[in-house]
Amino acid sequence: MVSIRGASRRFSGGHYGVRGITLDVSRGETLVVMGPSGSGKSTLLRCVNGLERLDEGEIIIDGMRVNHETTDWNKVREEVGMVFQGFHLFPNRTALENLTLPQTVVRRRPAAEAKTVARALLDRVGLGGKESRFPAELSGGEKQRVAIARALAMNPKIMLFDEPTSALDPEMILEVLEVMRDLAGEGMTMLVVTHEIGFAREVAQRAVFLDEGLLVEAGPARDLIDRPETARCRAFMQRILRRPGGESVRPGPASESSWT
Amino acid sequence: MYTWHWEQIPQYFPLIGAATLRTLQISVVSIVLGSLLGALAGLMRVQPVRPIRFLAAAYVELLRNIPLMLVLYLIYFGLGAFFPVSPFWAAVVGLSVFEGAYVAEIARAGIESVDRGQMEAARSLGMSWLQSMRHVIVPQAVRRSLPPLTGQFVSLVKDSSLASLVSYEELMLVGRQINSRIFSPFEVFLTIGAIYFALCLTLSLLSRWQEARLARP
Ligand SMILES: Nc1ncnc2c1ncn2[C@@H]1O[C@H](COP(=O)(O)OP(=O)(O)O)[C@@H](O)[C@H]1O
Ligand SMILES: [Mg+2]
Repeated sequence: MVSIRGASRRFSGGHYGVRGITLDVSRGETLVVMGPSGSGKSTLLRCVNGLERLDEGEIIIDGMRVNHETTDWNKVREEVGMVFQGFHLFPNRTALENLTLPQTVVRRRPAAEAKTVARALLDRVGLGGKESRFPAELSGGEKQRVAIARALAMNPKIMLFDEPTSALDPEMILEVLEVMRDLAGEGMTMLVVTHEIGFAREVAQRAVFLDEGLLVEAGPARDLIDRPETARCRAFMQRILRRPGGESVRPGPASESSWT
Repeated sequence: MYTWHWEQIPQYFPLIGAATLRTLQISVVSIVLGSLLGALAGLMRVQPVRPIRFLAAAYVELLRNIPLMLVLYLIYFGLGAFFPVSPFWAAVVGLSVFEGAYVAEIARAGIESVDRGQMEAARSLGMSWLQSMRHVIVPQAVRRSLPPLTGQFVSLVKDSSLASLVSYEELMLVGRQINSRIFSPFEVFLTIGAIYFALCLTLSLLSRWQEARLARP
């Protein structure tokens, strides 16, 4: 479904965000990406939907070859949903309008149809009855669920999640993970950057560990978490498992969000 | 000792009224044209193609670093040497081109003040750059730009007094004409001043009302 071949992204100044990453995500699979702050997790996801340009290598999404010049990124992005750490809801639009806008603008759905889709999706993420709230009137967990529903409204084939629960208060993390778990259960192909160990263990088939832009280790999610093979991955797992809160860890310092 | 002659003023009310209308006319037309031009130049400054960005930046910097009076002279006397330029059009074009540069900066600042994540979210949903701008960024930017825009529009109304220098018979010019007849500068210019004050204050109040109306959560 997603095939990443030797993908590198070099920022001005010669610094690599990701370097020579090769990775396949099969249809219906949930793959978790872990790694310390600054290891290139966001950059990897952003390369997949073209928010970052790829300098070397290639990415193939559902048969569409995604390289620098010839790619119709708008077309690719229609198939790839993205959920950000910071939600990025449109603040001047209600929850419902957040879902209908991209449908009418990009998919050219008639307003009535877009509304029906939007209502059904908001219901599905447990937000029925809050359609006319503005983002400022929603809790963090609710905002993130609207953001997930907004991405789903475009009927993407793949969903990318970049630390979707890292900006949330602990009591709201579960409600978002629950939605993601259901989505995975329904067979969505998902690429998830998260340090939620519980989620990774139970929902993800595979996990990869990045460090300094390199893919250091890949394997079945449980093995990678419980029996990491490389010293770097082991040290990282020990660090996040030792955090207070146990399963529900909030990785990375706040400053990390600046690139996400 | 200054002797007041307020009784001299009322006979000129029709003249002053007509001049007020003309001031209003060039102001409104220039606000509309200047805003369109400024919005265009502001968008050009934030879009991805470098030469277009440069072009817009050149326009903005050029116009912001020369006096308006000079712009008006260039149009009225300069261009006027090649083809007939009426005082009205000289004033409107000069004011619009001049104010457009300031509006462009306000527009750019407004657009740049919108969180970068908004554009990324919109693009991630498959919207093109233009669609993202139109449906997501600009509506938020406009709301934030209203206060500085109002300030700019108020400046424009006051700046329209310079149209008197290209013989457009707006308030300032008519004030000078009346004063040269009755030599009562305080009475004449205080009257004119009161009109400018009322026009500008109305504009401020209108936009404050509009801001409150737009202030959704
Ligand atoms: N636009 C950018 N310009 C320059 N450097 C960047 C940019 N985006 C990310 N980086 C750098 O690339 C590296 C990887 O960043 P990122 O992918 O955000 O890491 P993560 O999401 O794992 O914390 C970091 O060192 C970061 O500073
Ligand atoms: Mg990140």
